[in-house]
Amino acid sequence: MEAIEATELTKCFGEILAVDHVNFQVKKGEIFGLLGPNGAGKTTTIRMLTGIMEPDAGSVLIEGINLAKHPLEAKMRMGCIPEVGNVYQDLSARENLDLVGRFYGLSKHERESRSEELLAALGLSDRGDDYVRKFSKGMRQRVSIACAIIHRPAVLFLDEPTEGLDVQSRRIIIDLVKKMNAQGSTIVWTTHNIEEANRLCQRVCIINKGRIVAVEAPEKLRRTYESIQTVEVAFDGNVDASWFAFGHISSIEPSGDKWRFRTDDPDEAVKGIVKIAGDKGLKIISIATVGPSLEDIFVKLTEGGV
Amino acid sequence: MNFPLFLRGVLVVARKDMRIYYRKAPVYIFGLLLPAFLFVAFFVGRQLDFSTYFPGFLAMTLFFTSSSVGPLIVPWEKQTGTFERLLSMPVNLTTIVLGDILAGALFGLIISTLIGVLGVLALGLSVTNVLLLGLLFVLGNICFAALGELISSTGGRTPSNVMMLSTLIRFPLLFISGVFVSLSAMTGASAVISYFSPLTYLVDGLNASMGQTSVFVWAVDVLILLLFTVLFVFATIRVLRRNLMKGL
Repeated sequence: MEAIEATELTKCFGEILAVDHVNFQVKKGEIFGLLGPNGAGKTTTIRMLTGIMEPDAGSVLIEGINLAKHPLEAKMRMGCIPEVGNVYQDLSARENLDLVGRFYGLSKHERESRSEELLAALGLSDRGDDYVRKFSKGMRQRVSIACAIIHRPAVLFLDEPTEGLDVQSRRIIIDLVKKMNAQGSTIVWTTHNIEEANRLCQRVCIINKGRIVAVEAPEKLRRTYESIQTVEVAFDGNVDASWFAFGHISSIEPSGDKWRFRTDDPDEAVKGIVKIAGDKGLKIISIATVGPSLEDIFVKLTEGGV
Repeated sequence: MNFPLFLRGVLVVARKDMRIYYRKAPVYIFGLLLPAFLFVAFFVGRQLDFSTYFPGFLAMTLFFTSSSVGPLIVPWEKQTGTFERLLSMPVNLTTIVLGDILAGALFGLIISTLIGVLGVLALGLSVTNVLLLGLLFVLGNICFAALGELISSTGGRTPSNVMMLSTLIRFPLLFISGVFVSLSAMTGASAVISYFSPLTYLVDGLNASMGQTSVFVWAVDVLILLLFTVLFVFATIRVLRRNLMKGL
């Protein structure tokens, strides 16, 4: 039995098809990444997987339990940090944990001991009785993750949990999630940070325009990532893009005060650009090869090339 | 349906509401100060028989207090970003709605009971049917807490806007429901209009329970209040389902 089975998940908002017949399975104990740019349909997918939003079509099984038919039982097995998933700012960190523990039916003793354990693990032991409204964003997010795991869920959904956080909070959260995974929890991690997904996830599912465009192990995605390179050059004068239309350059576009040359062979591309710049009397102010943005990979995966 | 899980969800949602929203200023402004001002404006300086109008005043207090918590909860949670997390908990829409209604009704019940007991003791008013009074207090508070929740389900995420809408809806009901003008004195169109207000049946029932003139048999008041309660609960669930993601 898979931890999560999403079958033909579909959601429309008016005439916009936000999620288009999405199918995937997540194995028990896996860290599964949902990758995509803003507006790709990640959050809508997560909302349907966690029972926050009802799909227009399709089904979700959480450890074999049909979410539509048995929502309460299915939700008992999951923990979730939604995209907009703040904790109650009018309660203290400890009160928030107590409240969530009650939702999951934990006894008073379990709520207290688990709260202490989590507050310590998240570096909040000395702030447990402070109102959350006094906390920084990183501290609030730590409370949020503590709420999501207080009942030791079998499946944990995290919708961009490290977005906008300081390094310390990000590291604490990632370490805790890894620990949860080591103890057997299945993790679904939504992000648009490809490096974060690469470091954490055993498989990633790439969503674009509401459709799955790839479900791969990160290393495989990494190979795709490395096969598309960009040379970024700043010149001291005006440039005509047509000057650089030679074999190893697949596209050219301005980017601020620089020009971005996409290529599958950075060595040949750099040599060619330097030569043409010399021929045209242009001075090169800076030159660098950079990996593609997530958007570049999406272009590659969805349109078959850049 | 797993009933123990469902019931636990209702109680925890209500507990959460009581911990957080009973402390909010708008609840006291719209739930306590407003009816107090109305009372002062209507009664002070006029030679009125207070015992005649006390059931109406009590109904007004109950109506305002029980319907003051509900309009705040959903918009407040949407605005502060806690609503989406709540939806991810082991609850469903019905659980949330019933929990919110329970919290609103308990708030109304505490305040209206306090006012009722103080009024009866201080003014020496008589209660001729205590059981009916108790039943009306419970039913009335649930009914108007459900009305408050219905108002909050309209989809707004700005609490002040929803509270204004709630006042806009609640105010006219006061003037057509026999609070300031005795129901038995209403004739023609005003009497017909009053039949459409749930508050009418609470005022009439309280009149009956406190030995004042009532227009309907008390069982009719109770039955119609019950029907309004069921209507408000189902309408809230339906409207909230439609507006669930609005403002998230």
